[in-house]
Amino acid sequence: MTVVIDRTTPPSAADNSPGPVSAAALARRKADQGGGLYKKRVPIYPKLVHGKWRTIKWAMLIVTLAVYWIVPWIRWERPGLLPDQAVLVDFTGRRFYFFFIQLWPQEVYFITGLLVMGALALFLVTALFGRLWCGYTCPQTVWTDLFIVVERAFEGDRNARMKLDKSPMSFNKLWRKSGKHAVWLGIAFSTGGAWIFYFHDAPTLIRTFWVGAAPLTAYISCALLTATTYVFAGTMREQVCTYMCPWPRIQGAMLDEHSLQVSYLRDRGEPRAPHKKGQSWEGRGDCVDCNQCVIVCPMGIDIRNGSQLECINCGLCVDACDEIMVKMGRPKGLIAYDTDHAVVSRVAQKAVVYKPVRPRTIYYTVALTLVGAIMLWGFLQRTPVDLNVLRDRNPTFIRLHDGSIRNAYTLKITNRSFEPQTFEVGFTGLKGVVLKTPGASASADRLTVLVQPDEVRAMRVFVSAPKGALPATSMPVVFSIRSKSGSAEKRTVFLSGEANAR
Amino acid sequence: MTDHVREKDEHSGVETTGHEWDGIRELDNPLPRWWLWVFYACIAYSIGYWVLMPAWPGLTGYTRGMLGQSDRAEVSRALSDLATVRGAGAAKLKTATLTQIESDPELQAYALQVGTSIFGDNCATCHGAGGGGAKGYANLRDDVWLWGGTLEDIQQTITYGIRSGDDQARMSQMPAFGRDQLLKPAQVADLTEYVVALSGRQASAAAVTRATPVFAEQCASCHGPAGKGMQSVGAPDLTDSDWLFGSDRASISSQIHNGRGGVMPAWGHRFSPETIKALAVYIHANSGQ
Repeated sequence: MTVVIDRTTPPSAADNSPGPVSAAALARRKADQGGGLYKKRVPIYPKLVHGKWRTIKWAMLIVTLAVYWIVPWIRWERPGLLPDQAVLVDFTGRRFYFFFIQLWPQEVYFITGLLVMGALALFLVTALFGRLWCGYTCPQTVWTDLFIVVERAFEGDRNARMKLDKSPMSFNKLWRKSGKHAVWLGIAFSTGGAWIFYFHDAPTLIRTFWVGAAPLTAYISCALLTATTYVFAGTMREQVCTYMCPWPRIQGAMLDEHSLQVSYLRDRGEPRAPHKKGQSWEGRGDCVDCNQCVIVCPMGIDIRNGSQLECINCGLCVDACDEIMVKMGRPKGLIAYDTDHAVVSRVAQKAVVYKPVRPRTIYYTVALTLVGAIMLWGFLQRTPVDLNVLRDRNPTFIRLHDGSIRNAYTLKITNRSFEPQTFEVGFTGLKGVVLKTPGASASADRLTVLVQPDEVRAMRVFVSAPKGALPATSMPVVFSIRSKSGSAEKRTVFLSGEANAR
Repeated sequence: MTDHVREKDEHSGVETTGHEWDGIRELDNPLPRWWLWVFYACIAYSIGYWVLMPAWPGLTGYTRGMLGQSDRAEVSRALSDLATVRGAGAAKLKTATLTQIESDPELQAYALQVGTSIFGDNCATCHGAGGGGAKGYANLRDDVWLWGGTLEDIQQTITYGIRSGDDQARMSQMPAFGRDQLLKPAQVADLTEYVVALSGRQASAAAVTRATPVFAEQCASCHGPAGKGMQSVGAPDLTDSDWLFGSDRASISSQIHNGRGGVMPAWGHRFSPETIKALAVYIHANSGQ
């Protein structure tokens, strides 16, 4: 059964502040004048927080950035003139390299499959644990976090930054601001710079880039990513998530009342009120209304209003609240990863049930497994050999002087292996035929052809059928190729048309 | 000076031009500012263009412009760039023999590429896009060759042509036996039956008998005593099933009467020897030989 979470009415008598309705409504409520869908950015000064989730977030930041900057520099030995870069999208050579895998453009469906799997994995994780992607691994989150580290290093933490921004221009303010922007630009440039290494040999490009000998696309891509990194992580930050990213809108379809997400346990926290030392905790909630959860939030929201579009599920408010709860001598977890269902159940004093296995998560798992299995099967089925046959259409067939009929075909033989391969070309479906390819001196019913590594060779093949060997004007025939690395075959037809009658 | 006060429109508060058509008056709104600036920018641009680029026609020529831009020069530059790009391949074709070109996979692929485009632009007009020929134009895909089908034969034919007027052109002339009254109409009719019989078809036995001495006397010198043809003089084999000018009796009779022979230009005057080599390999390879 699907339960629609109705946030348009207050969930309980204790909480009668109107819950968030929609982005538009929120924007209108927050906007200075006249409504509209856009609210001008109000600077957010997230305070540094310590705790379990912040530590995990630091770790994810280091891991993801390390992966991004290091991967193009990993070397992977490949024979001959093939690039020795482990991960390389070679547009010029029309190849994609990933360690031991080499993909050709016509195999782009593997990339499509990976993207489908990525989307399904995102759906599943969101249904189970909320927007973990947004909170920990999304490049926007990671780079914004990194930029805030720089900001903090130059301008200090929340209060210092707010004070600095309000103060008039001075030398102190000038060098702090310009230093921050300079380092931001540096990071942005190395972000854009690292991106282009995925598309060209990194050690070569890092030299050619500085002497102006790199491809124009490298400079354009680098400049574009430098600009977007600087603008998105430096000045737009949470606005990218709120206004530009489609995922916050889509997540609504993945989340339900059993999804774990950063939640304020209002059953425990309300009614909230400031608390003085020595006061009794009887008859009141645990929330001391210290506003720490709001102050640390990189999105600038109040999680106590419930799950909302802007929330990226990063858990920094969990850490902030836990710190206060420890100081207050109250149990941790007033803000925690919990489900809406659990909160509502506790309010209603019912048993709390966690249901990770739900129709939704089953569907996503099944779909993910299915796509993964198809991908794996496709990958295991993949041979380094491919054959395509193009039949000549003009002329469709040729009658030779002795009355035999000849059809011409162009065979495209693909050798994806890294060694030269000699292919034996066979032809079945007609009796007494003679095969011939230009340049080969003798005609035979079996041809051989050498195809260089990592290449497609086009081969003209002429097939002559003797008079009387053709019972029909169109005969189904099969070309086959075989080499040490594998074999392939392709169906086609042998046409004789009106010439057959004579 | 008049103390004329211009009329103002009530609704918009804009002055009118004073023009009125059927009770409708025109407002005198100024041109949109952005439009005006674009207009001025265009004027400025056009003046710059006149100075820099070829622009004004004169009686004996035109203004050249300071940049010296010329489409003609650009075309020749593009052509010389093309020659540079093709230089490496062309050099290889120059030194290699025809057989070497055809048996080397890389050279063969290059020659086939060159041949495809040259054939499409120059030869396909008569021989057809696929080289399948037409009535009066030889089929280049089969194994029947009037002037020989080896690589060298094909190269020779392309370079000097057939009845092209070139000194070394393939040259032969079948007499117009009927038109020039070398043979009587009855003899032409008998010979037609004889030729039909040669290609293994039903023919009047009496006519064949009558025509036998005529064939030996008039035709065998070129077509051979058995009608097998002779490539050195471009005389076709009359015993096979391939007919350049048609296989039916009317076509054969007409050919004996008129003695037609096709013309092919000498391409050596237009193409470099390398290009002709590539073309010869292309035609040879695609004829399945």
